[in-house]
Amino acid sequence: MSDKWQMLTLIGKDAPGIVAAVTSALADSGVSLGETSMLRLGGNFTVMMMVSGGADEARLRELLGPVIEARGMCLHVDPIDAHLHEHLVPNVQVTVSGADRVGIVAQVTAALAEGGFNILDLDSDVAGSADEPVYILLITGIATEPVEAIERRLEPLRADGVSVNVTPIETYIG
Amino acid sequence: MAILEILKVPDPRLKQVSEPVSEFDDVLQAFIDDLEEARQDGPAAVGIAAPQVGMFKRIVIIDCSGTRKPVPNHGHLILVNPEITHWEGYEPGREGCLSVPDYTGNVIRATHIKLSALDRHGEPLEFEMEGYEARAAQHEIDHLDGMLFIDRVVSRRTDLFQRKVYQKGGKRKKG
Ligand SMILES: [Zn+2]
Repeated sequence: MSDKWQMLTLIGKDAPGIVAAVTSALADSGVSLGETSMLRLGGNFTVMMMVSGGADEARLRELLGPVIEARGMCLHVDPIDAHLHEHLVPNVQVTVSGADRVGIVAQVTAALAEGGFNILDLDSDVAGSADEPVYILLITGIATEPVEAIERRLEPLRADGVSVNVTPIETYIG
Repeated sequence: MAILEILKVPDPRLKQVSEPVSEFDDVLQAFIDDLEEARQDGPAAVGIAAPQVGMFKRIVIIDCSGTRKPVPNHGHLILVNPEITHWEGYEPGREGCLSVPDYTGNVIRATHIKLSALDRHGEPLEFEMEGYEARAAQHEIDHLDGMLFIDRVVSRRTDLFQRKVYQKGGKRKKG
């Protein structure tokens, strides 16, 4: 598909039916979706969608106007250079958890970056309670060095009482 | 001869349930050789099932001896009329499929299975499999029942961390 892509970002208060309202407005006008990701973050509905089908930002704003207004959402549109069918397969998973404090993600990802680790996917969340928040970080990506080398890079976090697991991902193909 | 073509989604034939093998003749032997050739031709393929090449017979081939880090395995296996007789434990793991190009996802599979099958000459086989090899057998036997891994895929967000928590005790010993 040589179509031009736009990255559409929508944020709003989460409520049932948002995805349906947004995607119907797009589909009804021939806008098609590529890869998308929808998440609930802190009670907010957030979605990023690759869209194509010839609609520029003005047109997309027009199509989504009624939905956005009715639900008080924020829309952001960027033209992007994008391609489908270029998935990369992760070979290592890193999970980190510990008492919440400033800088865990920065510390972990800086250590990984030093070893040339390519993060494909990162989720972080705060579990526990308001009194005792626990930070949970899940990373998958492509490592070019052995798992043991990554473990060593993350060792200083363990010394801080943070739990770190580095596991190879062996994707089964068959 | 030409390498057998792999059926790809959304080909409806991938949903077909395959028939047990009853004749262990030269035709079967030749087909198994061709199936092996197709498996080796598939990019990074560890296993293959007969219906993936349009032959709706209960035959699968797996070979888990070539992983980056060695895993418990029984080497190269040709399994005719395979049947899982016992399941235990479960964990998510990443899978892809020759019939589903450019997509991988997490699927929950039993971690330990017992399996009975026949070899290519009709002699009975019994295996206890674990982990990656158990996953391989379950993925391929699914094909015989018209099931693809994308029918079982789970969200990356919800399941992977749980797996680490559950396994924490036993996992570290291996490394
Ligand atoms: Zn498959």
